[in-house]
Amino acid sequence: MITIQHVSKYYDDHPALQDLSWHVKAGEWWGIIGPNGSGKSTLLQLLSGVEAPTSGRVELEGRNIRTFGRKELARKIAVLQQEGLPQTNFTVREVLEMGRYPFQNWRGREQRDPGPFLDSIMDKLELRELQHRPVDLLSGGQRQRAALGKVMAQEPSLLLLDEPTTYLDIRYQLQFMNMVASWRKETGITVISVLHDLNLASQFCDKLLLLHENQSAGEGSPAQMLTEENLRDIFRVDTSIVPHPCNGLPQVLLVRQ
Amino acid sequence: MSKKLAGYGAAGLALLLLSLVVSLSIGSVHLPVKQIGAMLLQKIPGLGNSIATVWEPSAEQIIMKVRLPRIVLGMLVGASLAVAGAAFQGVLRNPLADPFTLGVASGSSLGAAVLIFYGLQYSFAGAWTLPLVAFLTGAITLLIVLALSRENGKIPTHGLILAGVVMQSFLGAVVSFLTIMSRDTLNDILFWTMGSLSMRGWTYIAVLLPYLTAGFVYLWSRSRALNLLSLGERQASHMGLNVDRLKWSVLVVATLLTAAAVSVSGVIGFVGLVVPHMIRLITGSDYRIIIPLSALGGAVFMVWSDTAARTLLSPGEIPIGVVTAFIGAPFFAYLLYRSRKQRREGRL
Repeated sequence: MITIQHVSKYYDDHPALQDLSWHVKAGEWWGIIGPNGSGKSTLLQLLSGVEAPTSGRVELEGRNIRTFGRKELARKIAVLQQEGLPQTNFTVREVLEMGRYPFQNWRGREQRDPGPFLDSIMDKLELRELQHRPVDLLSGGQRQRAALGKVMAQEPSLLLLDEPTTYLDIRYQLQFMNMVASWRKETGITVISVLHDLNLASQFCDKLLLLHENQSAGEGSPAQMLTEENLRDIFRVDTSIVPHPCNGLPQVLLVRQ
Repeated sequence: MSKKLAGYGAAGLALLLLSLVVSLSIGSVHLPVKQIGAMLLQKIPGLGNSIATVWEPSAEQIIMKVRLPRIVLGMLVGASLAVAGAAFQGVLRNPLADPFTLGVASGSSLGAAVLIFYGLQYSFAGAWTLPLVAFLTGAITLLIVLALSRENGKIPTHGLILAGVVMQSFLGAVVSFLTIMSRDTLNDILFWTMGSLSMRGWTYIAVLLPYLTAGFVYLWSRSRALNLLSLGERQASHMGLNVDRLKWSVLVVATLLTAAAVSVSGVIGFVGLVVPHMIRLITGSDYRIIIPLSALGGAVFMVWSDTAARTLLSPGEIPIGVVTAFIGAPFFAYLLYRSRKQRREGRL
């Protein structure tokens, strides 16, 4: 799906990412974890094709990502940021329609009417009743669902999530992740997510990429990556890793000093 | 969306026609609205023969040769400035942006002021010398501002606004200097920089109309892109929008439109700032609606401003830029008050 080879990114002389190589297969769900400033967001920017690496190469489906046109790229990759949608008085439905932008001609028309498709998205995300409500009147959880609806309308084959659950309470965190999971199950979409919540990452991601000081600190399954030593090395905190009572996946407990 | 636009559009057009007919009847010679309606209808091919001429030929002269061209030109200037203002606000995502933000008006004023100062208004292209030079100096100013603010091939919005402000104050100072230095009792430079629509005639309309048509069609066609941009530059680019190309093209087109309007009428402030805000208050933030309605709103606003400009101190004239600021500034103060109130209520 997407491959990066010896990629580095510098802002002026300051390194944000150094010599990273990584391969993501179609259909996988990856989590990128690491402390603040370790290069997670930079990596996501490079993967989205908006920024060019200082050196190295990012390839999407075997082709240099910088050779894609913007609309062409938006039909393949969608990005959801932590703040989701800004305060705007566009309605939920209008925002979902904006997700269709890469498919529209200059007059805003598509070959087929996107209406039924947008309806089905809103049904899945429990947004149907809110469709004519302006986004600035939605609660945080509703707004993030609308943001998810917009990227679903984009019909990408790769979804990039940048700390999408940051501003949500635990109910909406779980709801959001479950919605992404069922979308993935239906369409086989590839997901790469930057997550701060290691326990959510463990339960939803197939594989984790660890970043530390702008470099890779290992990749593998959550069970391989979420170890007490790794977390001590990367985050400088003491933890206890216990298996989740329901599914046996590793869960991180913080240890007070 | 299209239903909403059709509704507002029909209301706007009706208001524009009404304003046109009423404003035609007002002036040093009062003419009844009914006669004017008949006079205009008579000019429509195929309909003209069925309407009898019941008015003095002099009345028709006043309408067709004096008032109508002036009012139509005012409509075109108002529409141009308001559309350009809406586009500037959309692409700079700044409520204070207006068509003159990037210094175009000051550039045009400088060109005009230099010509007037040296008495060169009619030097090489007759009556067209001044509009031509004003247009060119306005466009050159844009190029300088873009060059000043450019950074690694990108245009950061804040840099752009700052460069525009710097340019405006500098060129404005030069224009003020020339105004002081010129000895004429009736200062032509001052009058030019405050805008006027008098003594223009149909040829000016023919000059501005193509700019307005092309600029309007282009900017309207980019309105969905401006909607996307309202979600933020990064998000818009993730949704398939080439943000830098959009900025370049919209700024250049809107500026040329502004320069064309300024070159025929002088600097008329506030229309481009206030009209898009009025439309936004009424219809919401969808640029597919804001841009066409700004054109209508700008035209109506200008018809009434100019009517006030030419009648309030008749036979003298108030510079139209003064009238628009007179109406525009209090409205703007109200907008500021409103947004502060909203912020206090926690909505912004």
